[in-house]
Amino acid sequence: MRDLERVVLGHGGGGRLMQELIGDCLSVLGPANGLGQPNDAACVELPSRERLAFTTDSFVVSPLSFPGGDVGRLAVCGTVNDLAALGAQPLGLSLGLVIEEGLELETLAQITASIRGACEEAGTKILTGDTKVVERGAADRLFINTAGVGLIAPGVRLGGELAAEGDRVIINGPPADHALAILAAREELPLQGDFRSDCAPLNGLVAAMLDAGDGSVHTIRDLTRGGLAAGLNEIARQSGAHLEIVEDAVPLRPAARAACDLLGYDPLTMANEGKIVVLVAEDRAAAVLAAMRAHPLGQETAVIGEVKALGEARVTARTALGPTRIVDLPSGELLPRIC
Amino acid sequence: MSGLPKATGQMLERMVADCRGLAAKAADRLGGRVHLMEVCGTHSHAIARAGIRSLLGEAVRLVSGPGCPVCVTDAGQIDLCLELASRPDTILATFGDMVRVPGSQGTLAETRARGGSVKVVYSPMEAVKAAQEAPDRQVVMAGVGFETTAPTVACMVREADRLGLRNLSLLSAHKVVPPALRALVAAEEVALHGFICPGHVSVVIGSNAYRSIADEYGVPCVVAGFEPADILLAIRMLLQQVVDGDAKVENAYRRAVTPEGNRHAVEAMDSVFAVGEASWRGIGIIPGSGLLLREEWSAYDAMRRFALSAPEGYDHPACHCGEILRGARLPVECPAFGSACTPARPLGPCMVSSEGACAAEHRYQAA
Repeated sequence: MRDLERVVLGHGGGGRLMQELIGDCLSVLGPANGLGQPNDAACVELPSRERLAFTTDSFVVSPLSFPGGDVGRLAVCGTVNDLAALGAQPLGLSLGLVIEEGLELETLAQITASIRGACEEAGTKILTGDTKVVERGAADRLFINTAGVGLIAPGVRLGGELAAEGDRVIINGPPADHALAILAAREELPLQGDFRSDCAPLNGLVAAMLDAGDGSVHTIRDLTRGGLAAGLNEIARQSGAHLEIVEDAVPLRPAARAACDLLGYDPLTMANEGKIVVLVAEDRAAAVLAAMRAHPLGQETAVIGEVKALGEARVTARTALGPTRIVDLPSGELLPRIC
Repeated sequence: MSGLPKATGQMLERMVADCRGLAAKAADRLGGRVHLMEVCGTHSHAIARAGIRSLLGEAVRLVSGPGCPVCVTDAGQIDLCLELASRPDTILATFGDMVRVPGSQGTLAETRARGGSVKVVYSPMEAVKAAQEAPDRQVVMAGVGFETTAPTVACMVREADRLGLRNLSLLSAHKVVPPALRALVAAEEVALHGFICPGHVSVVIGSNAYRSIADEYGVPCVVAGFEPADILLAIRMLLQQVVDGDAKVENAYRRAVTPEGNRHAVEAMDSVFAVGEASWRGIGIIPGSGLLLREEWSAYDAMRRFALSAPEGYDHPACHCGEILRGARLPVECPAFGSACTPARPLGPCMVSSEGACAAEHRYQAA
């Protein structure tokens, strides 16, 4: 079969095609480049021995506003959550705006207000920024890039490579709401149901969890594009672990399940903007679960599975009828421009 | 980790045990494995996802039939879509599943990356809107689907007419299911002992539509819903018929399907389409299985508007989608499955579509 000669939307889906793109075209940046770096943020050690988490993300969602948030809130939460996945509290963010000629100033004002609100919620601020305006057609209304640095507390060590046998797999609430909220907000799809994006800064939840975990939280993964399926597969590959989830333990909302069935989507691959999957040693799982459920952004936290063994990287799901099946990485284009 | 409520779990276990018991009896009676075919992509996915195949044991072979609309779309039709999408003055509106199906000149996704206009729609009414918003361009709806989608596409054509839109047309590859089932049984390539009839299609056409298959060809038909319990129920009913030597139409999806179907949807479909022959990938021409625009609507026929003729089309030589769509092979019995052909690099449509049997099997392969 012919090779793809141009970038297709599927390359941006957070699945296998994107990994190929990074592997094929961006590897020229050298072995030290962080584009393939498997955690949500890079860890930079300073001469003082303090450790910084550092990450960047671009936000191109359409439409700009949707139930539960807008591109501004997304741009703050996405970066704060990537830092939180390393256990870092944000020191500050950068903000890059690429604005298409013709964007209403009122829209821009709403989005900047929302950026400010999300920063306050996360206890951080914009430290530096850049604004570019491009001619009509060269961008779609507004694209945002944020980068963030955060401080990792001494003793905190988190990563996808640290999964251990017996770890409990925990999610902080129902998946798929963000992707469905965006879909429902696109006027072409008369999707009914009260779908609200879960977009929220999770650094507070993570701090509470880490306290309760007392060194037993091994991995936190921000479940954005590719959803739970991608997050679990990344962890499995990094740790060489077999993760097994119980399909009916995933706290999926009935409306989300129905919408996914209707549209032919697998809820496990749907994007989120306020969901993390957490791996905790078995003996502290109950304490971490309780701490998460006590936090406003973790009330629907559920244990969904465990690390069965180390050695072979794979993710399986036990189905309602008993058999287990493979949970694969999503392969390509799922829904364009959802974040 | 909570699973299902205990009573539900026990009910499912009992149904599985019933199916296995009946399957053994049915296989005894037939002197070989019982072949049941599902004819709906959503069933293919539900079966793979719940792991039903592995629960039934060796006595039953569950095969997928021509139930995925994108998969049965003739390769030549894909090439027509590529050609239309490449025209500078034309927007091709399509359901998302079509975007990654390979034709002879790549896929619609690649055509779009090269500058072609491909608009993914969830409802054909979006094509109406696209036509209104781009009056200087031609919008062509790639009409793919069975009796489930055809009524809404029929409404699109009527709406275009009501609005006097002269820049919207339809490339119809719509098909109806019962003639394909009759053709498969008549071809006798695979012994078929029962059809798990498609739930969504049956909502529109009603369970009576399968009568001729049961009455004339002696093959049991049971309409099924989409929950694991629905599918197990249908399988149990089919196996019971085989054991009893019966061949009748039964309905295991009464909460949605009536014997007569949805009269309004059928009327909408009939008002715009007439049946004619259609070419099915892997099967060939089946008389009376295609939905063609009626003469009075021919102004909206993209084939006429653009003076198109269907090209030969391209099937990758290593692709066995045809046999899979006829139930002659299971996806895992294709040499390319999971190696040369994966969801990221599909050779044929069954690996692409969210309703394709190979995509289902690949996504939910048993651990």
